Amino acid sequence: MEPLLSVRGLKTYFYLDEGTVKAVDGVDFDVFPGQIVGIVGESGCGKSVTIKSVLRLIQNPGRVVEGEILFRHQDEDGREKTIDLAQLDPHGKAIRSIRGAEIALIPQEPMASFSPVHTIGDQIMEAVLLHQDVSKEEARRISIERLHEVGMPNPEQRMKAYSWELSGGLRQRAMIAMSLACNPRLLIADEPTTAIDVTTQAQVLRLLLDLQEQHNMAVIFITHDLGVIAQIADFVVVMYLGRVMETGPVEDIFFHPQHPYTKALLESIPSIYAPAGERLPTIEGSIPHPFSRPSGCPFYPRCKAFMPGVCNTSTPQLKPINDRQAVSCFLYD
Amino acid sequence: MRDNPIPGSEPDAQDERFEDLTALSAGNQARIREEELEDTAAIHVAPNWKLTWWRFKKHRLALGSGLVVIFLALIVLFPGFFSTMDPQKSRAQQSFVPVQRVHFFDEGAFRPFVYGIVGKRNPETLRMEWRIDEEKKIPVRFFARGFEYDVLGLFATDIHLVGVKEGDIEEDPIYLLGTDRLGRDQWSRLMYGTRVSVTIGLISVFISVFLGVLLGGISGYFGGIPDLIIQRMIEILQSLPAIPIWMALTAAMPRDWSVEQTYFAITLILALIGWTTLGREVRGRFLVLREEDFVMAAKLSGASQKRIIFRHMVPTFYSHIIAAATLAVPVMIISETFLSFLGLGLRPPAISWGVLLQEAQNLQSVALAPWLLLPGVAVIITVLALNILGDGLRDAADPYSH
Amino acid sequence: MHSNDSYLLEVKHLKKYFPIREGFFRRVVGHVRAVDDVSFAIREGETLGLVGESGCGKTTTARTILRAIDPTAGQILFRTAQGDVVDLAALPEKDIRPLRRDMQMIFQDPFASLNPRMNILDIVGEPLLVIDGMKSRKQRMEKVAQLLELVGLRAEYMQRFPHAFSGGQRQRIVIARALALNPRLVVADEPVSALDVSVQAQVLNLMRDLQEKLGLTYLFVAHDLSVVKHFCDRINVMYVGKIAESGPTSEIFFRPRHPYTSALMSAVPIANPRLRKTITPLEGDVPSPANPPSGCYFHPRCPYATEVCARETPQLEEISPGHFVSCHRASELTLPGVARPEEQALAA
Repeated sequence: MEPLLSVRGLKTYFYLDEGTVKAVDGVDFDVFPGQIVGIVGESGCGKSVTIKSVLRLIQNPGRVVEGEILFRHQDEDGREKTIDLAQLDPHGKAIRSIRGAEIALIPQEPMASFSPVHTIGDQIMEAVLLHQDVSKEEARRISIERLHEVGMPNPEQRMKAYSWELSGGLRQRAMIAMSLACNPRLLIADEPTTAIDVTTQAQVLRLLLDLQEQHNMAVIFITHDLGVIAQIADFVVVMYLGRVMETGPVEDIFFHPQHPYTKALLESIPSIYAPAGERLPTIEGSIPHPFSRPSGCPFYPRCKAFMPGVCNTSTPQLKPINDRQAVSCFLYD
Repeated sequence: MRDNPIPGSEPDAQDERFEDLTALSAGNQARIREEELEDTAAIHVAPNWKLTWWRFKKHRLALGSGLVVIFLALIVLFPGFFSTMDPQKSRAQQSFVPVQRVHFFDEGAFRPFVYGIVGKRNPETLRMEWRIDEEKKIPVRFFARGFEYDVLGLFATDIHLVGVKEGDIEEDPIYLLGTDRLGRDQWSRLMYGTRVSVTIGLISVFISVFLGVLLGGISGYFGGIPDLIIQRMIEILQSLPAIPIWMALTAAMPRDWSVEQTYFAITLILALIGWTTLGREVRGRFLVLREEDFVMAAKLSGASQKRIIFRHMVPTFYSHIIAAATLAVPVMIISETFLSFLGLGLRPPAISWGVLLQEAQNLQSVALAPWLLLPGVAVIITVLALNILGDGLRDAADPYSH
Repeated sequence: MHSNDSYLLEVKHLKKYFPIREGFFRRVVGHVRAVDDVSFAIREGETLGLVGESGCGKTTTARTILRAIDPTAGQILFRTAQGDVVDLAALPEKDIRPLRRDMQMIFQDPFASLNPRMNILDIVGEPLLVIDGMKSRKQRMEKVAQLLELVGLRAEYMQRFPHAFSGGQRQRIVIARALALNPRLVVADEPVSALDVSVQAQVLNLMRDLQEKLGLTYLFVAHDLSVVKHFCDRINVMYVGKIAESGPTSEIFFRPRHPYTSALMSAVPIANPRLRKTITPLEGDVPSPANPPSGCYFHPRCPYATEVCARETPQLEEISPGHFVSCHRASELTLPGVARPEEQALAA
């Protein structure tokens, strides 16, 4: 099977007065149709910048400086053609016809993403009308259907509601309805459950899994929460300081992690099953400031398997170590 | 956060952390002090004002404006030194003398001079007409002696930045910005006017800052009834149209008040109406700060209310106050100029920018003596410089914002 | 709850209502019942978790106990170092101040809880100066140096300002300040939720070590249930300003007796892809504490609710030793909690 999205050597830099921030510094991953890819990482790992680069939403002073973002675009007649999103004009017509239609985004903060002066219904209808050649009546019908689909109670009435009238959970549902408005083939969810409580999070995760199954979409799910990744992803991309550390199917990542960072990260999270009162294994130190990234492997200053003269001098490349996992670490060279 | 002060490469510091809680040995302390000198990057120990300065320095335009403001301050402090002639002395024979251009090079050498002028009465209009006398070169001197003036009321001197040969100033006057209707030297009047106009701006802003911080602080920190009263007061003051109120208040000032009395009355009027914006800002800051975790932390550490306000809350916004005050000064200056221009503020014999511009009020004098408008340029430069400086300060004021 | 000599802190019928004001004259038109009749107790040396979703009143409860906020009603009985029991709720601010050495707080956001304009010496040394009256700068420097080493930071950092530190380091500084006066009760309000995953474990370990070393008692407020499970001896589950259930940690997690606790526990995303959630999540949203439902606040979302639940407010009752539940049907229900791996395997 061919990937729906294939990111190769992506580099996105931010040119600030204080220096250049290499937010994404050589990222590779694939998303296959119908697959849920979880991108997991801590602050500063570049996970959000990566998907913003894919959507070409990087604002000045940031720029996609290198790499390919190959997407299998489907035109109106259903013919498929691979286009490199990195080559498109970020403000051009081509990317706008893909963004919001073939690739949709669920943002982190639904409150900030809805306009407070337009009703939910108007905003979803607008999304439909923008990308589909349908009448206003038809757009309305589609919008209500989408709201119904995401489990919004009384969808017809809620069309007239404003975003601030809805509770956090319902607002996130409305956001999902809007992102589904044009039947995307790839849905990108940027920490959609970070700002909400655990019971609402469970609702949203359940909903996303159900919708993914019904529509057979590909999903990229961004989070820092390893628990959420374990619950939702088929395939996992682990990032640290702008680089991919390890990729693999979710079971392999959780049960046979290969990269020292993945291993250490999994060990350090408290487990519900561990006997209470145990000391947790830790990762020493803290995440470096973006202006002072280490040379070589970004993780070496905190790594237990640090090899002096190797890890701090050259940067390891992401290489497959078996038919499922790929790791960027000199231990596997 | 430029670097990572405890990287994993220092495991011993971590492992030993519980070894000895009791005391650091003297040797240990010495080691610490030595290391501190070596390894502490400047930014880590930089207090707020230093971070603000580092950011402000990058703003070239604001830095330039700062220099202009420093120059203004010097004029305000020593107007006599920068003047060439007595600003009050009128010379009926020399009214409306145009600007005498200063020539810096005389026959290739740096020897500044001005050409002399000769006047002739036009028999038809009966007006003096001035023309340059290229025969006569009046050398310009630095630190020359001229009329006697006070330095900050401390002592008297007669040394001026520029002048002509001793005793010659009345014979061969130099009018850098020409003269007015009564033959008074416009340049020297501008210097003295600067002092009055700028100090009115500064003092009234100072009073507004005091009122604004005090009332805004009470309103924001204590809330409740005082807040209610102060807020309604601000609303009423802000709803009054400022211009008619100034006009009414200044018109109500007795005509027989001395120059000093009018000066202070104007200052006070401007301040009493001007504090409201600042008061609102301070209140807003207090309201936000009251909820800040570090303020609660100070309270839980047992800090008294006084300490919380003056050690924790006020320092977080004094940079904003300075910026806001800088931006308020030009408003006050313009207000004073405006009032005096209308004849409602300061009146001759006081000299202020408004009084100077009053001379340029009628079309005739503007047409015949356009240099009378030059004080307006001074107002524009001052207001622009203060505004740009204020903007620069405001941008640099919160180094923690990003 | 019964009195016991070993309790360090006993909270009885604590209430905190925030008035809702409207209009020009700021008339009170209603109340947000942030903390609504909460009672619990903490033994010396134990860690009590206070968990719940946003708006459940856990943070307000914690802050009210420290008198950062004044309570509306109720008692906060604190046993002082001398063994006297004082009611913090009834004391005026000036009498609270000397007691502040005994109870301190660790905040959620280490970027907000350190004054950016003070250096570490002044921040950590502040309680020494204002409560201990340690006027000598040299003495303070020595003590601050000890405290910094205690929390795993180098003493020479004391001249630096907070902006020189990462989140985890700042949280260590916050802990150092909290420990400056040898407190006995430390209220930790979400101490790790603002930190990166790889740094959370460091801070949790540090807090655990300090507890052993210094005999601290923690009131640990958190929403991350994995962290709570790891860290707490006992747990209070709060829902809309009330305690729904209170008991030993493992009972709460594996054998919850309140339907809300059960729903909460089974909603925890477990970092194990083989244990994917099979049960349906709880419907609806948390009600507003300004306008809570009638009877049991949980009844509109509760799959087990009967008509009595809508009518009567349940009381917190002891269902087994040390395990308290506020549910009309607690004794008749068998509820799922966090599934143990072997149970999950059976179900599949």
